[in-house]
Amino acid sequence: MYIVKRLFTMIVTLWIIATLTFMMMHFIPGDPFASDAKMLPEEILENMRAKYNLDKPLAEQYFLYLKDLAQLDLGPSIQSKTRDVNTLIAEGFGPSALLGIQSLLMAIILGIGLGVVAALNHNRVLDYLSMFIAIIGISIPSFILAPLLIKYFGVEWGIFPVASWGTWQHTIMPSFALALGPLAIIARFVRTSMLEVYNQNYIKTAEAKGLSTFSVVVNHGIRNALIPVISFIGPLFAAVITGTFVIEKIFAIPGIGKYFVDSIFNRDYPVILGTTIFYSTILIITLFIIDLAYRFVDPRIKITSRGE
Amino acid sequence: MSRLLEVNDLKVSFRTYGGEIQAVRGVSFYIDEGETLAIVGESGCGKSVTAQAVMGMVPVPHGKVKNGQILFGDRDITKLSKKKLQQIRGSEIGMIFQDPMTSLNPTMKIGTQIREGILKHQKLSKNEAKEKALELLRLVGISDVEKRYSQYPHEFSGGMRQRVVIAIALACDPKLIIADEPTTALDVTIQAQILDLLKDIQKKRNSSIILITHDLGVVAEVADRVAVMYAGVVVESGTVDEIFENPKHPYTLGLLKSVPNLDSPDKERLIPIDGSPPDLFAPPTGCPFAARCPFAMEVCVMHMPDKETFSDHHYAKCWLNDNRAIKVEEMITAGSEQLV
Repeated sequence: MYIVKRLFTMIVTLWIIATLTFMMMHFIPGDPFASDAKMLPEEILENMRAKYNLDKPLAEQYFLYLKDLAQLDLGPSIQSKTRDVNTLIAEGFGPSALLGIQSLLMAIILGIGLGVVAALNHNRVLDYLSMFIAIIGISIPSFILAPLLIKYFGVEWGIFPVASWGTWQHTIMPSFALALGPLAIIARFVRTSMLEVYNQNYIKTAEAKGLSTFSVVVNHGIRNALIPVISFIGPLFAAVITGTFVIEKIFAIPGIGKYFVDSIFNRDYPVILGTTIFYSTILIITLFIIDLAYRFVDPRIKITSRGE
Repeated sequence: MSRLLEVNDLKVSFRTYGGEIQAVRGVSFYIDEGETLAIVGESGCGKSVTAQAVMGMVPVPHGKVKNGQILFGDRDITKLSKKKLQQIRGSEIGMIFQDPMTSLNPTMKIGTQIREGILKHQKLSKNEAKEKALELLRLVGISDVEKRYSQYPHEFSGGMRQRVVIAIALACDPKLIIADEPTTALDVTIQAQILDLLKDIQKKRNSSIILITHDLGVVAEVADRVAVMYAGVVVESGTVDEIFENPKHPYTLGLLKSVPNLDSPDKERLIPIDGSPPDLFAPPTGCPFAARCPFAMEVCVMHMPDKETFSDHHYAKCWLNDNRAIKVEEMITAGSEQLV
């Protein structure tokens, strides 16, 4: 019952997002053919507008779009003559998602590790060191880090390929560049959370049982410390697997990150809508999964609809 | 009865931003097999820190055992390695904590929390450990154990959780159980049940209990001997009868006076001890109770009194018991209004 309700609200949310995006998009001055307008005769422009239904009233365009959307058809891309939006996303999502998942795993594993080490050595050298790394991670933007990585690991030391997409080696530098920020945030989150858990009485109970330090940290500490961190990982997941403009541009990765930005410059209406809806769908589904996951991590949370 | 634990001149300090707090300043006591020793005193007198030290669990890096021995059998707990301590904790010394609402891990099943200690200390398979855990749950008076075994702490009431905490402490049949205010966080009716349970278990297993409390009612009910702590030192110690009937230290007397008496005529006021305990950043050189003591003399402020022994078990640290001083009893019979 809960899941059915949840699915219903998810669809409503998506519809609202599609509507708002549609409206905002048409508020932006200009249209997809603005740059061609000077060169092309008026008749040709009109033909082109007619081909993409842009000559029809806005309300009609909106309903036509919703009709297609209901059949999971995101429409044609105006810029790319050969591929429609579905194909664009399908082709680009692979690299973006692979990169995203890889960097997210890196961020989670290293972030938790760093946070735990910092908390266990509270106010000692390792704590300061970990948090120094974390501060650097938060402060250096990826567009600074990426060129630095390319310069040293790619060009000077020749450890990894400089850019483009192909083998697994190609993914390492962009993954790391993408992971550092989230890694640092997770590390700080985990540290705070872990310090709080370590003040709890059940840690003393666990120690009084004579358990090894490892067992106390892992079974009693980390699991409880991760509960607040999970809610942060949800939106992060959606953000990184849908690709990033900057990293994909710098490393020349054929992902979908670029469409989010390019489509707006080109007023490529179907692509704007398509990428927004795609991103929202992933975000909503991720949040749903996170909510379900909470139940397994924290037994005190019961999944019920309101009033049940 | 043979000696189980002996603490000699234990000193524990904590480093804080404000300076060094001397929480325990030379505590000595012992406990024999099958005996219940109550350590009483008000908040901040060092009783919980003493218990932590016996468990080898003084919080690092701020806390430190500065001096003294904690002899458990032939081992000195203050000198054991972390590994050795972990072997003793849970298996030979079990600890019951004060607040059952927060002493259990909220994300771990009750059964797993009990079984954990058993698996660590005894060579049992997971199933045998489970059997043992179920048996423990039955022992502490929990019904429907199979179902309860795989429930989480939030599905238990406060009293039931405290029973689980006790089951955890008992998991490996420890010779010594340290109960740090085991009933403070519970309803009065539940308190009695938990105390009965502790007494019952002690009888069945002949274990020793160090009971830390500030509740003299609890002391009278379960303890064999009492150590009264004040400002990090034991000011008086003796059997329950000796302490309740023949207190030799004004602080003990004050504690007893501040307990409501059901037999007294109605509308009698409780008599509080005026003032507050001394600052442990800079503990006084003399008797720590001097500032609050109605009988304080000049010598009390200047010198810490020696131990004055009255019987095999009974001693107090108070100048009033010195041969040169007049007797507390004489002052009381002389109608000391100062006490009121």
